[in-house]
Amino acid sequence: MDGDILIQILVASIAAGTPFVYAALGELVTEKSGVLNLGVEGMMLVGAISGFIAMAKSGSLLVAVLCGMTAGALMALIFAVLTLTLMANQVASGLALTIFGVGLSAFLGLKYTSIALPGVPELHIPFLSDIPVAGQLLFSHDILIYSSLVLFGFISWFLYKSKAGLILRGIGEAPKSAHALGYNVIGIRYLAVLFGGAMAGLGGVYLSVAYTPMWVEGMVAGRGWVALALVVFASWRPLRVMAGAYLFGGITIAQFHIQGFGIEIPSQLLSMLPYIATIIVLVLISRDQKSIRLNSPASLGLTYHPNNQ
Amino acid sequence: MGSLVVPSPFLFRFQVKTIKTKSFVGLLIPLCAVLLALALGAVMLLSLGANPISGYATMFGAAFGSVEGFSETAVKSIPLLLVGAGICIAFRANVINIGGEGQMVMGALLSTSVALTFPSVPSLLLIPMVLLAGAIGGAFWGAIAGALKAYFNVSEILSTIMLNIVAVQFMNFLLRGVMIDPGEVARGTGIPQTMRLTENADLPILLEGMRMHLGVPIALFVAFGAYILLWRTAMGFRLRSVGYNPHASRYAGISVPKNVTAALAFSGAMAGIAGAILVFGSESHRMVTDGGSTGFTGSAGFNGIVVALLAGLHPLWSIPSALLFGGMLVGANALQRAAQVPSALIIALNGLIVVFVVSSEYFKQRSLYAGQVDLADDESTETEGEDNE
Repeated sequence: MDGDILIQILVASIAAGTPFVYAALGELVTEKSGVLNLGVEGMMLVGAISGFIAMAKSGSLLVAVLCGMTAGALMALIFAVLTLTLMANQVASGLALTIFGVGLSAFLGLKYTSIALPGVPELHIPFLSDIPVAGQLLFSHDILIYSSLVLFGFISWFLYKSKAGLILRGIGEAPKSAHALGYNVIGIRYLAVLFGGAMAGLGGVYLSVAYTPMWVEGMVAGRGWVALALVVFASWRPLRVMAGAYLFGGITIAQFHIQGFGIEIPSQLLSMLPYIATIIVLVLISRDQKSIRLNSPASLGLTYHPNNQ
Repeated sequence: MGSLVVPSPFLFRFQVKTIKTKSFVGLLIPLCAVLLALALGAVMLLSLGANPISGYATMFGAAFGSVEGFSETAVKSIPLLLVGAGICIAFRANVINIGGEGQMVMGALLSTSVALTFPSVPSLLLIPMVLLAGAIGGAFWGAIAGALKAYFNVSEILSTIMLNIVAVQFMNFLLRGVMIDPGEVARGTGIPQTMRLTENADLPILLEGMRMHLGVPIALFVAFGAYILLWRTAMGFRLRSVGYNPHASRYAGISVPKNVTAALAFSGAMAGIAGAILVFGSESHRMVTDGGSTGFTGSAGFNGIVVALLAGLHPLWSIPSALLFGGMLVGANALQRAAQVPSALIIALNGLIVVFVVSSEYFKQRSLYAGQVDLADDESTETEGEDNE
């Protein structure tokens, strides 16, 4: 195999994995607080179109990112009100959010389907990006990819090294105990859900502004669901989320190159590959129920009633 | 099989109403949800510069105002009703089936290949054959996710979504490959569709000059069957029992894994029948793909969930619920023609209706608590699923 092509594939895998990094890390924080938000796909779509519109109107990446994150957070707010204040079922509310997001994004994006954006320039870090192989692999990406790495560092530190992270995880494990200690379970869960929404929105912005700079209806194409699967795959740990995201990005990219190596497989069958891989990985991971139970937040998906002590 | 004893993060309980709320409250809540969603839709219409009152009049007039319109609405409601009734079965067994899209596609593919293989079988035999093939195709696709959940603990929410995408690519593969219309290849146009399927498999039109075809009574019949299955058979009792309390069911000798698989298979079978009816009741009488799933299914696999939730997970209430959403689809097209209002608005409205239906749980629970305060102390009013994990 040609070394250059291999590097190209790896670089492309990092880009393809980045939307998963954002969405899955956001969902990780949400789930660590004990809330399961199945609306990732919907939040990503609304984030993607909002960021796209902002980018088309303002031309500023910063504005696009902020708009996308706000839109994602607003979608998450609907979910938070439903599940945390009105104590609705989290699964049904998450589904509702996705169905709503699919429709809303299609509606908002009607006038933007035929516009192409310039995309986000790669940021070549001087000297470092000139290093052969490593320079291309690590130091010549666009800014959103670097910021996703910063986000990863921040979340790893926050969850495991900060007091606030400890409280968040405590609430996910034992909300009643946390409540008894005087922590505001509902309030902190609100913040976690909003953060997850903002990150899903940012993942959407990365897709519509940087990865493929255009708007296509339903362009998230199941990535939100894959991000949810990645959190399970990673057994709720940030480093494994990153590994899973890039692995999945790699599988997505590999399908474009397999035919280049002279292997005759119809493209439709190759497009199934990432999704079949997800199912297989889920089988391997979920089979061991003990490890799932040990790693998943104990109160995940359960409605918390502050008054029913 | 100790499979479901350990609580898994993706094992949730839909709060199935066991305590009867006053029937008028039960009816009022979905009505309010729909009205609230329509009110928000009116705001969206206003933002588009359209008059909401005349807009809704156009919509509902087109959907329910004439026999032609109603016949169109009924046809649009078929897949919604079938998927919705199937969702009722799955959700009652506490299995979250989001795989309606994929199950419809697989049902349609299998029934289409039956029609392609046996074109000369007489209608009286061929129509039941293609419907059965549809059911088998959908049931098979559903049972995969069911078995993965039952025996490998894989979240069916995630596996059904993944299987949807796999099914759509499989459809694209077949319709561009072995099942493509030879005429398309000869002409070099290569539209991914089958040839005109045998007339023997056409679902007969019931009203002269209109769209209403045999699929409508079939869908009603199947929805009624779902009701009988759930509440009048031992199988249905086992399904509901597993959904309500898997531990108690296991001690009572009910196999949880088998029933989880069965619930997804039943649910998939209904979606598969919907897929078959979409093919054989279509105006072109062939199966066509646009590369995605929505082109073929019209998102009925997802909207069926909305139908079932609005119907309170009851197959018979799914009938009016499906008619409402079918009518909204027909009305949306009319609205698009009359006032250039994009039909995507209606998809957003569907989502809003679910949002409101879901949030109405709160009010149901509140009225439930209120009714119980006198009867029991605080401890036992906890009816929520939190502790019966």
